[in-house]
Amino acid sequence: MNWEVVIGLEVHLQLATQSKIFSGAATRFGAEPNTQACAVDLAMPGMLPVLNEQAVRYAVMFGLGIGAEIGLRSVFDRKNYFYPDLPKGYQISQFQEPIVGRGHFDIQLEDGSVRRIGITRAHLEEDAGKSLHEDFHDQTGIDLNRAGTPLLEIVSEPDLRSAEEAVAYLKTLHSLVTSLGISDGNMAEGSMRCDINLSLRPAGSDTLGTRAEIKNVNSFRFVEKAIHHEVERQADILESGGKVVQETRLYDADRDETRSMRSKEVANDYRYFPEPDLLPIVIEQSWVDSIRARLPELPAARRERFIADYGLGAYDATVLAAERPLAEFYEAVAKGCGDAKIAANWVQVELLGQLNRNDLQLSESPVDAPALAALLQRILDGSISGKIGKQVFEAMWAGEGDADSIIEARGLRQVSDSSALQAMVAEVIRDNPEQVAQYLAADETRRKKLSGFFVGQIMKLSRGQANPQMVSNLLNEQLADAGENGDT
Amino acid sequence: MLTVVKVMTVHQDDIEKLAELARVRIPVEEAAEVTARIATILGLVDQLQSVDTAAVEPMANPLDAVQRLRVDAVTEANQREAFQAIAPAVENGLYLVPKVIE
Repeated sequence: MNWEVVIGLEVHLQLATQSKIFSGAATRFGAEPNTQACAVDLAMPGMLPVLNEQAVRYAVMFGLGIGAEIGLRSVFDRKNYFYPDLPKGYQISQFQEPIVGRGHFDIQLEDGSVRRIGITRAHLEEDAGKSLHEDFHDQTGIDLNRAGTPLLEIVSEPDLRSAEEAVAYLKTLHSLVTSLGISDGNMAEGSMRCDINLSLRPAGSDTLGTRAEIKNVNSFRFVEKAIHHEVERQADILESGGKVVQETRLYDADRDETRSMRSKEVANDYRYFPEPDLLPIVIEQSWVDSIRARLPELPAARRERFIADYGLGAYDATVLAAERPLAEFYEAVAKGCGDAKIAANWVQVELLGQLNRNDLQLSESPVDAPALAALLQRILDGSISGKIGKQVFEAMWAGEGDADSIIEARGLRQVSDSSALQAMVAEVIRDNPEQVAQYLAADETRRKKLSGFFVGQIMKLSRGQANPQMVSNLLNEQLADAGENGDT
Repeated sequence: MLTVVKVMTVHQDDIEKLAELARVRIPVEEAAEVTARIATILGLVDQLQSVDTAAVEPMANPLDAVQRLRVDAVTEANQREAFQAIAPAVENGLYLVPKVIE
């Protein structure tokens, strides 16, 4: 049977605030356990939550970024469950009246087609702490540094139809939230975690099948693998006449499988009710308008600008505009060297290539934008060829200094001195009489091929530093002279 | 005077499930009585629900006020030592609790 895959995603996005959503404790990643957990986060008696304005502002920015209705009045609720990393016994979340209502954004697939994906809602909530089950001889260790970190839970409509679309959705969302600056989007550190709701239905049907939810998948690659695995599992069940059970499953990356969570944990009844410790959140339309006026440029708009202002192709523009740090790096290189196209090429091929090979983030690049721009200027002004430029770039990457000092120290400056080149061309012609004779006897098309031999020899003689355009011109002149001399 | 209009049916296994969710232990011999008492409370809720509230906006808080927001600044210093001094068990800076997974 032909199955249609129906996927909706819930993303928990960690907001980039300095302090927690309801307390003044720090949110920095990687601190010593429990050093950033204050009395509010520990649920000491009598502690009361006070809402962080920046978390509200970031939620509004997200809402504006996806063209959503902003809830000018929203309410926090208690979601009740017992787990040791949740000291209050409830999570403060939003249930009935979220801060961000319906919105949407477009995703672009590899074949270039564009799909609009609906966002059902996004709401503010606090994160729980971390449970460490290893190494404590039949006990569980609890770190509450993460407890109270602000999260925006972003719920999509069941509009996604494949693993490819789900990954494109997450990448677009990542690019949107990092461009807005509301999250660092660092998946490895858990800043963006994803729950996958997935069901199958016979192709052409418009009723939804029973779904399973896969919890806490935290990389693009795992999302893809978990979806492939789950589609196969559900298809096997349905094709053998069984029924999919609505349940929560965990993706185990080590074994590449999803498995059911214990039924006890699934039998949750969260008993939501309005949080009595917080008043309703009411924000003014004028505040929303002022946030809108100061919204940074979003990836879709930036992509259009790159095409219009820099003459980039659609693909280059999409890659370079997606993430704000890369876009800013690219623009600094383009402006610094004065040639947007060579900058696009070098940033994508050389810079991203080196970063990927060394598994580095852009912020860790040993070559910064002004340094790369300075190198490209030397290619553009003819001091070095593009090929030598790559050598210089590698030396810069290895920390040998800036472009000019490497070019000087290694003597890489392109030979554009015509008398020096004249001598090299003459030497190659003198040393290869047979090839010269062949060349002179050949017709126009064959001559073009044969001249490649001479250019190669001259480049070799100059150790790659001869200006290729000048070599070509001088060679043509001298070969023509040789022909005339030979005729007389 | 309140009169119970309809007694909502609540069974002993509903009570057992609720007790588990709330982490409350109800001894077997008391379960029947607790069930009967909760049934009475639910009857009262049923009675309240019979009021026509179509024109009433749901109330999240009885106070006629809205939430004040806090400036995003770190104001809490590390007080781990003080907090952990009163914890039953700690190790390497972590709070220890009975194992929660098998």
